[in-house]
Amino acid sequence: MSILQIKNLHVSVDTEQGKKEILRGVDLTIRSGETHAIMGPNGSGKSTLAYSIAGHPKYEVTEGEILLDGENVLEMSVDERARAGVFLAMQYPVEIPGVSVSNFLRTAKTAIAGEAPALRTWIKEVRETMDGLRMDPAFTERNVNEGFSGGEKKRHEILQLELLKPKFAVLDETDSGLDVDALKTVSEGVNRAKAANDLGVLLITHYTRILKYIKPDFVHVFVAGQVAEEGGPELAERLEAEGYDRYVRA
Amino acid sequence: MTELSQTAQHGLSAHSHGAGVPLQIRSERVRSASVADFEIITQREEQWRYLPVDRLGDLVDDVLAEFSGDIALKAPDSVTTAWVGREHPSFGAAGLPEDRVSAAGWASAEAAYLVTIPSNAEQDCQVQLSVVSEDDTASALHVIVEAKTHSKSVVVLDHRGKAVLSENVEIIVGDEANLTLVSIQDWDETSVHVASHFCKLGRNSKLKHIVISLGGKTVRITPSVDYNGTGGDAELLGMYFADAGQHLEHRPYIDHSVANCKSRVTYKGALQGEKAHTVWVGDVLIRKEAEGTDTYELNRNLLLTEGARADSVPNLEIETGKIEGAGHASASGRFDDEQLFYLQARGISESEARRLVVYGFLNEIIQQIGVAEIEARLTESIEAELARSVN
Ligand SMILES: Nc1ncnc2c1ncn2[C@@H]1O[C@H](COP(=O)(O)OP(=O)(O)OP(=O)(O)O)[C@@H](O)[C@H]1O
Ligand SMILES: [Mg+2]
Repeated sequence: MSILQIKNLHVSVDTEQGKKEILRGVDLTIRSGETHAIMGPNGSGKSTLAYSIAGHPKYEVTEGEILLDGENVLEMSVDERARAGVFLAMQYPVEIPGVSVSNFLRTAKTAIAGEAPALRTWIKEVRETMDGLRMDPAFTERNVNEGFSGGEKKRHEILQLELLKPKFAVLDETDSGLDVDALKTVSEGVNRAKAANDLGVLLITHYTRILKYIKPDFVHVFVAGQVAEEGGPELAERLEAEGYDRYVRA
Repeated sequence: MTELSQTAQHGLSAHSHGAGVPLQIRSERVRSASVADFEIITQREEQWRYLPVDRLGDLVDDVLAEFSGDIALKAPDSVTTAWVGREHPSFGAAGLPEDRVSAAGWASAEAAYLVTIPSNAEQDCQVQLSVVSEDDTASALHVIVEAKTHSKSVVVLDHRGKAVLSENVEIIVGDEANLTLVSIQDWDETSVHVASHFCKLGRNSKLKHIVISLGGKTVRITPSVDYNGTGGDAELLGMYFADAGQHLEHRPYIDHSVANCKSRVTYKGALQGEKAHTVWVGDVLIRKEAEGTDTYELNRNLLLTEGARADSVPNLEIETGKIEGAGHASASGRFDDEQLFYLQARGISESEARRLVVYGFLNEIIQQIGVAEIEARLTESIEAELARSVN
């Protein structure tokens, strides 16, 4: 059983007009096996939270803590966080020219496991996982995210989630831009990862449709850099019906 | 990459010409086999402006020794070789020197090493020519590669050892022939190598010309392309990696003088260390009669450390409006932080992420060679370069 705690997190970015505070005291606790949905209007800071957990250098933590099983995550470099078991499926995955998916996956797996995976079993595992995500095996020969469609990039993110087996995963709008079938396929991938590794999930989304496949235990409403309300799955239904008006006005 | 400089993608020449350097139109440049026809080399000359003369050593001399190193050949039996004199019809068939070092080499090499790819050669015809020297006397070498009509082949010119060399390479691609020519400069750290490649493309022929410059104190390669008939297709690729103190210069030139030909130029370089200097000058001339030309040239440089310098100058001269397309792009920059973040977010350490990004950047060119053992060797060389210093 692992626990990821975010306590009173304040985060700023440098803008041309100077420093701008985006997260203004976020508190959130996720345990292994739990799924937390975060919903909130555009620009409320959801991706900022995701990047801050992963350690993107653009975001400066000015106050607060992030702890993974009591360890100070904020003191870890980006790669140390990943090796400690934190995974971020990005809203906009990055292209890496000239680096093949197979090379990338093997390098990442080696880094996280601390040793190179046995080649034959690894190739089989990659192929089976791609199968599960209905990805053409030919993708392994292509360069990372280069020329991938939006949906293909998202599948590739979940492929990494399944192969790298983290303790906690932040999924930043993994459902955006997916067609109905892809949504189901990708959700199944997340559920497999949950079942296999008792994964804790922080799922950032704008739509309740993904929550039909990946059942949240908790729903958090994120507004203006803070959690404005928390509840169970029924809260998501209400948000879909009513929108964020009442929080934004308040 | 994070772009430090970006030249606009527009049509005409006149880039980065510093004060005091006369703008010289490429079409008006002297072509001659005689040293006396060229000005004495100084940095005031447009073609030498980036290269301090003392870096050339004795290559500034009018008379050079004959190359005395080894030329080892690995090729199928059908490929023939011979030393031929000036009277041979292939000697000078692809072009004439356009600079003084090339002219000195031309005049000093009494015979040329001629490699002939027969008409019936198929794609698996792979020729490796190792040029190995252990002598740093300023010397001259003349090589002619002639790919006969309809042939298909890959020729690798592999330069290693210690040399101060003026080299002229004539590359004759027959009608309908398909040739991949790779020139690898993997010299030791004291070597000086100035080479001109004269490429002559026959009707509907295809040349993939790949330059890989890794080792050598000063390396300057000038590949020029001439078309002999319509439908010629020249793809010029280059990859270089400059360390501290190295000067690696590449000056591809495409002379579109025939209608309906195509050219693509893509050079990528990485630089690291104090006074690592690379120069790329890409000239494309589309003459009046070259209607239907389709050309694009690109140079990208990745600066891995402070203290390195990449000069990048694309020039396009267009004398006809009736073309398919013409463009250029040039950018030099540092690491893309988003790429590093993505890799690190997958557990890959920062130093390894940097290595992977550089490797990927350069690998795009290496992947084009198509000779597995050469690709593997170059991949290893790049990894060794990176392991040495990117961290
Ligand atoms: N580098 C930056 N410069 C200026 N503003 C920034 C910068 N980075 C983020 N912001 C601002 O911070 C706010 C939060 O952005 P963030 O991407 O976290 O929102 P989000 O909740 O993920 O939105 P969406 O639902 O549209 O993905 C936005 O107003 C954004 O413009
Ligand atoms: Mg977002």
